[in-house]
Amino acid sequence: MDSLLKIIRNPLGLLGLLLIMGWAGIALSAPALCPPKNPAAPYAIQRVSYSSLPTPPSPRARMGTTGGGYDIYYGIVWGSRNAFRVGLTVVAVTLLFGVLLGGLGAFAGGIADEIVMRVTDLFMSFPFLIAVIVMSIVLGKGLDKVILALILFGWRQYARVMRSEVLAVKGKDFVNSARSIGMGELRLFFRHVLPNAIFPVFVLASLDIGATVMIAASLSFLGVGAEPGFADWGQMINFSRGWLLGATGQPFLYWYTYVFPAIAIVTFVLGWTLLGDILRDVLDPKLRKSLFKSQWRPS
Amino acid sequence: MVWYLSKRLATLPLVLFFLTALIFSFVLVLGPYERLAVFIPNADVVGGNIPFDELVARYGLDKPVYVQYGAWVAGLLHGNLGWSPSAGMPVGEALARYFPATVELMLVGALMVFPGGIWLGKYTAVHHNRLPDQLARIATILAVALPEFIFGLVLLVVCYGWLGWAEPGRLSQWAEDAVTLASFHRHTGMYTLDGLLNGRFDIALDALRHLILPALAYSVGLLATVMRMTRSSLLETLNKEYVMTARAKGLLERVVIRKHALRNALLPVVTLAGSIVARMLGGAVIVETVFNFRGMGMFIVTAAQGLDFSAILGASLLIGVIIILTNLVIDLLYVVFDPTVELR
Repeated sequence: MDSLLKIIRNPLGLLGLLLIMGWAGIALSAPALCPPKNPAAPYAIQRVSYSSLPTPPSPRARMGTTGGGYDIYYGIVWGSRNAFRVGLTVVAVTLLFGVLLGGLGAFAGGIADEIVMRVTDLFMSFPFLIAVIVMSIVLGKGLDKVILALILFGWRQYARVMRSEVLAVKGKDFVNSARSIGMGELRLFFRHVLPNAIFPVFVLASLDIGATVMIAASLSFLGVGAEPGFADWGQMINFSRGWLLGATGQPFLYWYTYVFPAIAIVTFVLGWTLLGDILRDVLDPKLRKSLFKSQWRPS
Repeated sequence: MVWYLSKRLATLPLVLFFLTALIFSFVLVLGPYERLAVFIPNADVVGGNIPFDELVARYGLDKPVYVQYGAWVAGLLHGNLGWSPSAGMPVGEALARYFPATVELMLVGALMVFPGGIWLGKYTAVHHNRLPDQLARIATILAVALPEFIFGLVLLVVCYGWLGWAEPGRLSQWAEDAVTLASFHRHTGMYTLDGLLNGRFDIALDALRHLILPALAYSVGLLATVMRMTRSSLLETLNKEYVMTARAKGLLERVVIRKHALRNALLPVVTLAGSIVARMLGGAVIVETVFNFRGMGMFIVTAAQGLDFSAILGASLLIGVIIILTNLVIDLLYVVFDPTVELR
């Protein structure tokens, strides 16, 4: 509660929180905001027409349509659900894996730690985006495949951070005293080590939700993410690529095809980044005094 | 130092084994017929109208996995990375053609990221908690939250579409024609350098004009990372006693910062350089696609869209090797920057 108050008191933190809550509101009320014509497949972007040219905002399509008649407003509203789904699922699962692997490895020490860290290094040594592209081709098209690919390569940074935290905590006196009264090793880990080592992981998670959504959007933008026509912000920008340069003499003729989806992605990612940034200051006791001190964050 | 270097070089084959094994494990999800392209060395085999069954037998794709892996690695050692259907040429040849473009882009990017990030980090640390520092903080958050492809698209729409600075691509059309002439020698595959080496300054300038915006598009986020790192590290260093000593000696503040504090504060930035190279390679995929800049990133995307496995594997392998070598170089640089580091 105390931390929440501190976040709200900081203007940037408050802005982040408001952005996320706004998007959560849109995602929750999507069926009311624009009811799907086919309730069985709400995530297929509704088509207003089959016109090959984009059409500007009108009463029929509030934010206009992309080429092919896809309703931009519909795609943005329903796409918010997928943004949350990708961000939250990927981060929750990778956090769990990373924390357990890195944490238990470091707690056990010796060979276990060495193996976990070498595997982490191997995964770390590859550009995340390219790794995910490779995985998503191996797995096939679709949002669930993208989520799986992001999970496969996403746990590594949590393992890293968790490891260094556990290494710092496991030699502390309170751990040794708990062990001396006969507490089992596994219980010791979950009761005393984990709760004292997990906060930096939460900070990373908050920053990571935004980053994950950004990567997923990039994949769809590149055409290796979700299926065509699926409500996904990155894909909507992909749709707009043919119209970017406008027509001769009218460079911004089709502005609505990229401006609205871009605003959606940027505000969503910005919300999580702001929140993570403030959370880092609030949760880190070393930095508590000055909210304007920044710290390195693993990429 | 020599001992450390030889030890690192000795573990290199092991690292390469794991890398190739990991990459080859991707191949195993494919059936033998889909796997074929990974083994085909050149156009003669493709155009030879050889039945697939015969090719499967020729490359041992009906044999156990470790035999196939052995055959694949043997091929790699002979420079055979497979056949790329999407590029219509052997993967090795395609990489040799497209990779220099990506390197050129990364070099221009690095020229923005490191000097720019370090200077900004220094400036904001010196003006700690004053207006420039707080503005910079907000700017870095924005830079981190702005996806590369969106920033790239904004630059493309405004600078190329509206202001008409250049056309998307690596060169303008006239220059594109000029470099295909036999009289133009491709020494490096990087058009800025090749232009200079051939004495065609107009081509070098044109290539540079097409490099600036894509490089800027993926540099901004990285610049923010370097800036933050420099800033927090420098702030920490400025509280050290030897900095106080330097000030007490009556040295100019400028000298204290540049000669005493910054030098030591840059160590974490050197460590960061490895992950920056990795992120640039990843970012190249996006900005090259946005700007229609024909480099390795675009090659990867085209291959991915066309499910061109051998191209993806070849590119992954090249990237893996680059990252391994970069990490090695950075570990060595670390010694140069900090003589107190002990190499084990």
